[in-house]
Amino acid sequence: MSIPLSLTVNGKTVSTKVEGRTLLVELLRDQLGLTGTHVGCDTSQCGACNVELDGRIIKSCTTLAVQAQGASVTTIEGLAHDGELHPMQAAFREHHGLQCGFCTPGMVMTALGIARRHAEPDEATIRAELDGNLCRCTGYHNIVKAIAAGAKAMREDQP
Amino acid sequence: MTGSPGAGSLIGASVRRTEDRRFLSGNGRYTDDITLPGQCFAAFVRSPHAHATFRKISAQAAYQAPGVLCVLTGADMNADGLGGLVCSWIIHSADGSEMNHPAHPALAVETVRYVGEPVAVVIAETRQQAKNAAELVEVDYAELPVVTDPARARDAGAPRLHHDTPDNTCYRWELGDATATEAAFAAAHHVTRLELVNNRLAPNALEPRAAIGQHDPGTDSFTLYTTSQNPHVARLLLSAFVGIAPEHKLRVIAPDVGGGFGSKIFLYSEETVCLWAAKRVGRPVKWTAERSESFLNDAHGRDHVTAAELALDENGAFLGLRVRTTANMGAYLSTFASAIPTWLYGTLLAGPYVTPAVHVAVDAVFTNSAPVDAYRGAGRPEASYVLERLVDKAARELALDPAELRRRNFIPVDAFPYDTPVALTYDTGDYQASLDKALEIADYAGFAARRAEAKARGKRRGIGLSCYIEACGIAPSQLAGELGASVGLFESAEVRVNPTGTVSLFTGTHSHGQGHETTLAQIVADRLGLALDAVDVVHGDTGRVQYGLGTYGSRSLAVGGSAVVRALDKIIDKGRKIAAHMLEAAVEDIEFCDGAFRVAGTDKAMSFAEIAFAANVPHHFPPGEIEPGLDETAFYDPVNFTFPAGTHVCEVEIDPETGVVRVEKFTAVDDFGTVINPMIVAGQVHGGLAQGLGQALLEHCVYDRESGQLVTGSLMDYCLPRADDLPAFDLALTETACTHNPLGAKGCGEAGAIGSPPAVINAIANALDIDHIDMPATPEKVWRAARRA
Repeated sequence: MSIPLSLTVNGKTVSTKVEGRTLLVELLRDQLGLTGTHVGCDTSQCGACNVELDGRIIKSCTTLAVQAQGASVTTIEGLAHDGELHPMQAAFREHHGLQCGFCTPGMVMTALGIARRHAEPDEATIRAELDGNLCRCTGYHNIVKAIAAGAKAMREDQP
Repeated sequence: MTGSPGAGSLIGASVRRTEDRRFLSGNGRYTDDITLPGQCFAAFVRSPHAHATFRKISAQAAYQAPGVLCVLTGADMNADGLGGLVCSWIIHSADGSEMNHPAHPALAVETVRYVGEPVAVVIAETRQQAKNAAELVEVDYAELPVVTDPARARDAGAPRLHHDTPDNTCYRWELGDATATEAAFAAAHHVTRLELVNNRLAPNALEPRAAIGQHDPGTDSFTLYTTSQNPHVARLLLSAFVGIAPEHKLRVIAPDVGGGFGSKIFLYSEETVCLWAAKRVGRPVKWTAERSESFLNDAHGRDHVTAAELALDENGAFLGLRVRTTANMGAYLSTFASAIPTWLYGTLLAGPYVTPAVHVAVDAVFTNSAPVDAYRGAGRPEASYVLERLVDKAARELALDPAELRRRNFIPVDAFPYDTPVALTYDTGDYQASLDKALEIADYAGFAARRAEAKARGKRRGIGLSCYIEACGIAPSQLAGELGASVGLFESAEVRVNPTGTVSLFTGTHSHGQGHETTLAQIVADRLGLALDAVDVVHGDTGRVQYGLGTYGSRSLAVGGSAVVRALDKIIDKGRKIAAHMLEAAVEDIEFCDGAFRVAGTDKAMSFAEIAFAANVPHHFPPGEIEPGLDETAFYDPVNFTFPAGTHVCEVEIDPETGVVRVEKFTAVDDFGTVINPMIVAGQVHGGLAQGLGQALLEHCVYDRESGQLVTGSLMDYCLPRADDLPAFDLALTETACTHNPLGAKGCGEAGAIGSPPAVINAIANALDIDHIDMPATPEKVWRAARRA
């Protein structure tokens, strides 16, 4: 625990110490107790660990904690406001875009990235953009629908 | 009278799931999310060899590494008098002998038999320290020759895995009338023959397996948190066979579990070792699999090599079916491994057809590979693949429309209950109806035009059908016992009615994605006339829920849901007695409907909540006549399996230049009987289809035949379907209600994975005008086939 680290996580300032080898996901889960971010593989394939780092959706299992020095990180725990689900979270529920829930936090974070980069993502775009995320339960059918609906809801939220 | 299912407004409603909020907001609680005070971490030392003996495990260097608390081996487990892992289904060979059931120690002793087999465990202060130290443990392996191919396991020169298992044979099982089948073939106008492989798969639930063992020295009791589909079965095995603690001193908790697909039914080495080690080190011991460990050590699925023959008469009527299969068990028998290629495979080979004579012979063999057990569908996908490939090839040879050949051979709707020649009695079905609907949705009639259009673009388009039947809710217990099962197959439900009228349901099933917290609550709320949020569903904790069998084989609604209905019936019966007393009427005059107990023909009534309060605050009960409380328990043991069935239609387009197969359209029409939540059912089908399409096109667990190394040991090498590998699915339902359970429900969890693989391969064979191509139909295989065709 030798390297001092300061960053913002879900809007709160965090100051801690990490090892050089500590991964961002380990910082989030083990030190900060934010267990909504998951680890599903060890080869950067599944995207269950996706979080937002300074506006970009990244894999926290392949990012060193020290790379987040001074950065702003948003995890799945930081999306709902005053108990109300973010429009993308609500769309996943409405369209049954989750089953076991394990890939879900990463999927929702990826979906936010898709919605920000594509004004009105169509099915082919969403499927192509999901190439860094694996789900074993849903066959992606309802995830694709949820992301399209969530992106629409986000547009309507911020005209 | 009691409310009948379907009387309320919640049966058949696509209610949004109550469990979603916690998963969507990061508040799920999976095993690895749990941190116990003082917990330390386990890392396993695994065999790098597929087959080797060893004499010595040197842990000296590991002990000197930072943070290491202890290193434990199989010898330590033996010293503590613990048993090994067992297979809970005894199969008998055709000659009457009991299957070979070689010892399966949780940590290898003297011999390792597959790559990744646990040999020792290092326990340290941190996860990283445990992993680092595990690399310092030295084992003096002496390598032995290897066999991984099931087709070669019984060869004369094949290396023997277990000294007490000649020819590496677990059993040689048969089912059906061999003589009658012989006669059918002798009388045949045409015989279609096919050899095929059902490819080995890695289940890959997205949550890796994990465990935390805990020991309380004050009460000498244990708690195990683990990724289990059936925590009571884990407790039973850990108590009765491993012998760590008696059941009343062992609590198994399966909290949120991130998918199972069969792989989390079984008891494995790692959770066994963590539980045992917790007492040894006096602290909670935690282990979470890395994905590469999941590939090496989680039970795989399928892995059959089959030769099949179908005898037909001059009109295309099926006369007989002969199937010879070699099933790979891997190096040891996993918990239910033996039952999969027998009672869940051979019995399904009649399919939805009238085939008078069927005979199947299955050789189960040991090889130097990870154990093979139930994976989504478990035996039924293997059966439907054999049959539906064979029927399609027969149609091709006879120049008949594949839909027409199937139609001619369907069991007619007026033939139910129908006894198959392979030991099952189908209670109900309408196979014609789902075929007709599927062909319409898939625009089967318009296919020729689409094929011609594709051809003009240089592409090959094909269409393929699959008409599957499957068996869910394996039962009844008595029959299963006669067939070799070591456990019962009932399910339990306990409904506790709180004084204010809210309800807590305790179910012995386990939800790990299936949405039971919503579906089962719908049943309760519907029958009791309550709001959905007045019902809580509790599962996955042997300390809170009475004994139950868990979730596998698409059983939870048909068996577990039926137990819920039985418990609710008891509550309503008792409620009527209480209402009769309170309303001063005869019990026979009390009706229960729309959530109220009413004196028939009057406006005298009490709501369910009022009766609940009266039952729990029984100030006015006649002593000795009515017991206080309104909690009830039910155990439901079905009289038969349920038999979902349907038709899947796959349309593919192949680029002959690259061999890439695109699934352009996939239609699934399924008969699941009565559906409680159509949204959840559709989700189950989508997921099953994705796994079926994955098997057909992408997924394959490959062992190197010389070294026994797992070549596909990570998600870089093993191809899981991604979003752009799959199409949107077209789904529809037909409905014949199950005749023998109170819900009329059949089970929907596995059908997608059972029906779809043959539909995909039939479509590819159709596109390329070839007899067969083995799964997975990768671009390379398809390209080669297209060049040959």
